[in-house]
Amino acid sequence: MLTVTDLSVSYGAISALGGISFSIPQGSIVTLIGGNGAGKTTTLRTISGLLRAKTGKIEFLGEDITKLPAHKIVARGLSHVPEGRMIFSNLTVDENLAMGAYLLHDKELLAKNREYVFSVFPRLNERIKQMAGTLSGGEQQMLAIGRALMGSPKFLMLDEPSLGIAPRLISTIFEKIVEINRNHGITILLVEQNANLALEVSSSAYVLETGRIVMQGESKQLRTDPQLKATYLGG
Amino acid sequence: MSEFLQQLLNGLSLGAIYALIALGYTMVYGVLRFINFAHSDVFMVGAFIGYYMGKLVPEGTLWGGLAVLGAAMIGCALLGMTIERLAYRPLRSAPTLNVLITAIGVSLLLEYTGQVFFGAAPRNFPAIFPVRNFSLGNVIISSNQVIVIVVSVVLMVVLQLIVYRTKIGTAMRAVSLNPKAAILMGVNNDVVISFTFGLGSALAAAGGILYALNYPSIDPLMGVMPGLKAFVAAILGGIGNIPGAALGGLILGTVETFVSGSQFSTYKDAIAFAILIIILLFRPAGLLGKFTVEKV
Ligand SMILES: Nc1ncnc2c1ncn2[C@@H]1O[C@H](COP(=O)(O)OP(=O)(O)OP(=O)(O)O)[C@@H](O)[C@H]1O
Ligand SMILES: [Mg+2]
Repeated sequence: MLTVTDLSVSYGAISALGGISFSIPQGSIVTLIGGNGAGKTTTLRTISGLLRAKTGKIEFLGEDITKLPAHKIVARGLSHVPEGRMIFSNLTVDENLAMGAYLLHDKELLAKNREYVFSVFPRLNERIKQMAGTLSGGEQQMLAIGRALMGSPKFLMLDEPSLGIAPRLISTIFEKIVEINRNHGITILLVEQNANLALEVSSSAYVLETGRIVMQGESKQLRTDPQLKATYLGG
Repeated sequence: MSEFLQQLLNGLSLGAIYALIALGYTMVYGVLRFINFAHSDVFMVGAFIGYYMGKLVPEGTLWGGLAVLGAAMIGCALLGMTIERLAYRPLRSAPTLNVLITAIGVSLLLEYTGQVFFGAAPRNFPAIFPVRNFSLGNVIISSNQVIVIVVSVVLMVVLQLIVYRTKIGTAMRAVSLNPKAAILMGVNNDVVISFTFGLGSALAAAGGILYALNYPSIDPLMGVMPGLKAFVAAILGGIGNIPGAALGGLILGTVETFVSGSQFSTYKDAIAFAILIIILLFRPAGLLGKFTVEKV
């Protein structure tokens, strides 16, 4: 579904990604793990068009999207739930969801997507008129994911959905991520520092270290890899 | 008492004009985080479009007046969008200071081009609307004041509906809260910014026509002082805040009118700015503004 070839990105003179390649098959959950500053966020932002690649190619559903402006990439069905959630704090939950469906012109589909989002996150329905900035961290993450689902995405990229959320809620969010993938057939690229959880829900994984992919394979196998265990899985 | 009511009425109608101009400053600040100094000159161009269009319709008719108003609003909306496209869009990733200096440049360009085309000498603005005076007891209401108040109230209600009830209005607010997140929703931010300039400039044009109806001598530098006052009004209300700009305009216009009717009339502008300083000392973010830390 998504193929990234030899992608490199730099911020001015600082190189953040040094030629990475990976591919994500349709219907799967793939995870990208790595420590602080490894380049995970940079990867997602380049795929969604917020950053420009220095070299390399990004193909989505067979189409080269490397040079497409970000709003056109969203229109292709690729949705990015950014790091730090970036909900619209002074808009209501309802208006945030409406923004998620900005490109949708089919009223029936919009109503269907709303129903679906509320079935996944009933909490959002209870808070519909509330200002998004007053939601709890976990609720804001639900809203960020719900907002992305409103646009009928084919492919969802999640940047550290566990960041700043109470441990109790993290497992709920991860269950929902799996549910979205299973029941709705949405392909997912999950970026996480919490490698344990990410390897549990994903089918395959890539490990990023200072802008390079240093390890890749099936999540099941990586979970027992001694080297990975030592670095990312807390022994 | 009747003198108080008379002054209040005069003040509110002046304030409504400041409010219309202030809305443009505040909306552009909302989406781009800079002060569009050329806005006051769009106001002036609005008055001049009104001057020339006024010659094409019979004087003193309601439909003629409304047609002139509409033409000026459309003309200035196009002007505002053109300025944004040519002068500001190429600087989208430049530091704010560069954009501010460009805005001052555009302002001077409009003022001096105006002097070349229209001449520097003031002209008499035609009475495009019917003129009558109504008296309520000792308070005299001129038809121009009624027009100012009705037109500004209608425009502000329409603006409110656009900003809070339409898709593009929600997108405007989203872009102003977090432009990157708006892009990720599929919003083309350039379209939203262009729309914002069009909307703000149309309101400035309406302000220009209404101002010229009440102070019927227009010249290419006429935008400077009302523009400055409206800018103060936008800051007073909390820059970026739409109801704040309307409130700031009304307060400033009212205070200015009361001061000019008193023995301190020569200090009216000084007092307007003194009020700004005092209010900002107590509420640094303006009356309705929220104090936010600039995100990088
Ligand atoms: N705007 C920027 N300007 C300059 N350097 C940047 C910028 N954003 C990121 N970097 C650098 O690029 C590298 C990769 O950053 P990135 O945010 O992609 O890491 P990450 O893997 O998402 O880390 P984290 O898990 O902490 O979010 C880091 O060295 C970072 O300092
Ligand atoms: Mg990151």
